[in-house]
Amino acid sequence: MTDLRETYDVAVIGAGPAGMAAATVCVRAGLATVLFDEQASPGGQIYRAVTTSPVKRGTVLGADYWVGGEVAQEFLASGAHYVPGATVWNLTREREIGISVAGAAHLLRAERVIVATGALERPFPIPGWTLPGVMTAGAGQILLKSAGLVPDGRTVLAGCGPLLWLIAWQYLNAGARIDAILDTGANRAGAWRHAPPFMLSPYLLKGLRLLLAVRRRVPVIANVVDLRAEGHDRVEAVAFRTAGGAEQQLAVDNLFMHQGVVPNVNLAMAAGIEHRWDDGQLCWRPVVDAEGTTAIAGIAIAGDGAGIAGAEAAQAYGLLAGHAAVRALRPGARGLAPEAAVRARLKRTLRGRAFLDAYYRPAEPFRRPARDTLACRCEEVTAGQIIDTVALGCTGPNQMKAFLRCGMGPCQGRLCGLTVTELIAQARGVAPQEVGYYRLRPPVKPITLAELAALPKNEAALRSVAR
Amino acid sequence: MPTFPENAPAADVIVIGGGLHGCSAALHLARRGARVTVIEKDHVGRHASGVNAGGVRRLGRHLAEVPLAVAAMELWHRIGDLVDDDCGFESHGQVKVAESEAELATLRDRVAALTRLGFTHEELIDRRALKAMVPAIADHCVGAIVCRHDGAANPYRTTLAFKRKAESLGARFIEGTAVRSLARAGANWRVDTSAGAFEAPYVVNCAGAWADRIAATLGEPVPLEPIAPMLMITAPLPPFLEPVIGATRRPLSFKQFGNGTVLIGGGHRGSLDRDANRTGLDFAGLALSARIVWDLFPAMRGAHIVRCWAGIEARMPDDIPVIGPSATGDGVFHAFGFSAHGFALGPIVGAILAELITGGKTNLPIAPFRIDRFAGAKPN
Amino acid sequence: MFRRLPDANAAMIAVTIDGRAAQVRAGDTVAAALLSAGILASRAADVSGAPRAPYCMMGVCFECLVTVDGVGNRQGCLVPVAAGMRIETQHGRREAGR
Repeated sequence: MTDLRETYDVAVIGAGPAGMAAATVCVRAGLATVLFDEQASPGGQIYRAVTTSPVKRGTVLGADYWVGGEVAQEFLASGAHYVPGATVWNLTREREIGISVAGAAHLLRAERVIVATGALERPFPIPGWTLPGVMTAGAGQILLKSAGLVPDGRTVLAGCGPLLWLIAWQYLNAGARIDAILDTGANRAGAWRHAPPFMLSPYLLKGLRLLLAVRRRVPVIANVVDLRAEGHDRVEAVAFRTAGGAEQQLAVDNLFMHQGVVPNVNLAMAAGIEHRWDDGQLCWRPVVDAEGTTAIAGIAIAGDGAGIAGAEAAQAYGLLAGHAAVRALRPGARGLAPEAAVRARLKRTLRGRAFLDAYYRPAEPFRRPARDTLACRCEEVTAGQIIDTVALGCTGPNQMKAFLRCGMGPCQGRLCGLTVTELIAQARGVAPQEVGYYRLRPPVKPITLAELAALPKNEAALRSVAR
Repeated sequence: MPTFPENAPAADVIVIGGGLHGCSAALHLARRGARVTVIEKDHVGRHASGVNAGGVRRLGRHLAEVPLAVAAMELWHRIGDLVDDDCGFESHGQVKVAESEAELATLRDRVAALTRLGFTHEELIDRRALKAMVPAIADHCVGAIVCRHDGAANPYRTTLAFKRKAESLGARFIEGTAVRSLARAGANWRVDTSAGAFEAPYVVNCAGAWADRIAATLGEPVPLEPIAPMLMITAPLPPFLEPVIGATRRPLSFKQFGNGTVLIGGGHRGSLDRDANRTGLDFAGLALSARIVWDLFPAMRGAHIVRCWAGIEARMPDDIPVIGPSATGDGVFHAFGFSAHGFALGPIVGAILAELITGGKTNLPIAPFRIDRFAGAKPN
Repeated sequence: MFRRLPDANAAMIAVTIDGRAAQVRAGDTVAAALLSAGILASRAADVSGAPRAPYCMMGVCFECLVTVDGVGNRQGCLVPVAAGMRIETQHGRREAGR
């Protein structure tokens, strides 16, 4: 990347709705702005492949998806320095950023950094979840959006959450076959006290339409309390049990699982940003103010990475974080969009989140699986092994590393961290906040020795050598 | 919160710091029947003790440390007898590689000096023997010195094992508790902490990168420098290396674990804030370590680095620790400042402290480690 | 497995998969291309050797690791296919130096 500068006014990390909105605002205010994203085209995950999708019929993916195309076009036309295919593997308190692009590593610095790395799927550990052919619902959606691929053969969706129903609807629109939906949602009664704001939210009508359309065409089995993927070298069947029911089995070629999305915390945590356990969303959320500002000077977080709120909210939060950066670096700058309207829209968008969080709260057996279930896929560590380290005196995920390699694989806890925190919390009889999370350090994604060795050396580094 | 009658303290010895040296002191004292209380501001093994490269060597040590390292090695080879845990200790040797004839000459001189002092644990080997022992080493390496019975262990597991064994012998560990002050109280020392006051006739300062503050309280300031040595670990690779490797002129500590991952250390330093328990990684510095590995092990060039970290350690200006009695406080003893190579000495330093406290002397030569050798040096 | 929607046309390009010539859709990632070619398990788990296949398709699970143009442990879901690319599945622990 020969035209990459050593410093920028603003660095935005992530090209989802939050990142694109933030970068657009900043560059339009005259700030030297760079945006790094791992994918080859903008949109993040919610608007994945929105500028390149081979799915031409608009009705397959739905209007809410195509709206992202406008945001992306605005961003691409804005003049921000857009670096696709870039993995950001480090962010320091001093706002030094380590990236890898086209096989080479670079270090650069920015006055303000806006972390917009979004969300990832909540881990869904069930026996057999590592079998080939078991994927997240999000993975299915990415293959549809970015490659026009739909599952072939017997297909079952399992779990709970709005995304599960959305992908089912999109698959049906595309003519794909879905044999059943296994709904693992439980304890719904408690959600209804959050219902009034939800009734006024845009989600209600959209959600109902979607649900009814899917239920008309796909058998939905409710109150699933037990799930197992079975097969030898790939998934061949899904076994399940409903509350009070006998075990059943469905032969499958493809099993898609989903129980919500959670903030992707790895970069933010490695940068030293404090996170707290949120019991409503059952995940770690960064400590930020209304504009995404963290306790670390010059670093803000915008979008789902600060707490799951959806694409529209992410766009609003990105704009607000961008405004904050502009005000910090160009005090008195004019031309910023009036925030009152943005905040009002944001408030409407957030209405009903509490209901969705409660209604689709992932059930306990799927967050704290049975002993024999793999919790850490990378290092193949079971829930039982994790619980047993508590008896040896381990109080949290970091001490556990003396005995198990759990969390030390390449995914750096993205697929096991929440499970581990909740398992240890239950074994110790304390709240997840007290157990804590992995102490994440850079590189937040692996880099090769070759890239590292080729990084430019400076005087300070040469002086840092010990005897 | 401890309760104690005026004249009968609940402990004979208060150990400040729950790193390996503090836990080792507790263990060896408990074995001799002393009642020990360890006060640790975070949790046992939280800092340098729990996150270092785990090297257990006699090889290449400052001459003053050699007798201690030799004695420690005997304990390591029977570590299970001491702490009921093998600590992950493996002994496949340590090798210090020479990349040029000039470097080899300095190694040859070193072996001669050691021999004159009566030590024969280091052996000079030539290019052919080096290639036989370390087939993956770069061709430009001309020879090395080796200690065939050196090795490495798991640092956090080791520290926990010392703690558990000490507890089983009656030692008490109080974690999450910081020492606020230290002062004489009659025949005892009174240690004020965030969880109340403790008194004992003896105090051991094993407070690592914070030990200078304890020393300053006693009126014997020391020029301790907190440092944050950085390490890196790779994704698993097929087995290609048995001994631990170091270089002569350039800093390197390089080993492959049984699970195939490779640990790269070497002393390049990050930044730190010792009051916030925080370290910062300097990737330009890590790039230098990567460059050294690139030069010495061409087969590593495609390896993936999956994690980097740094621990909070203490360095003294002469790169050897402070071990021995306080020069100003009767009944206070120090063991700190291990300058990024204290892990291997942990098992023996605790024994030395226990000998000093219970018997008034030790057979191992600790004069070079006196706290008052820094006369004239300004505290940090 | 997966099938392509009929209207998802695109240019096809030539690559090799485990040494065999293959045609893949321009614009696909390596992981999508392998699935489209009917290859599900593209590697073996480090500890047990059990077959593993892509799980998340967004770069967080590290299951889709393949060797691309001689460089191992690349996340296939983040690498767009290119003409002449050499794609190799990873059914054994990677050799140091290979």
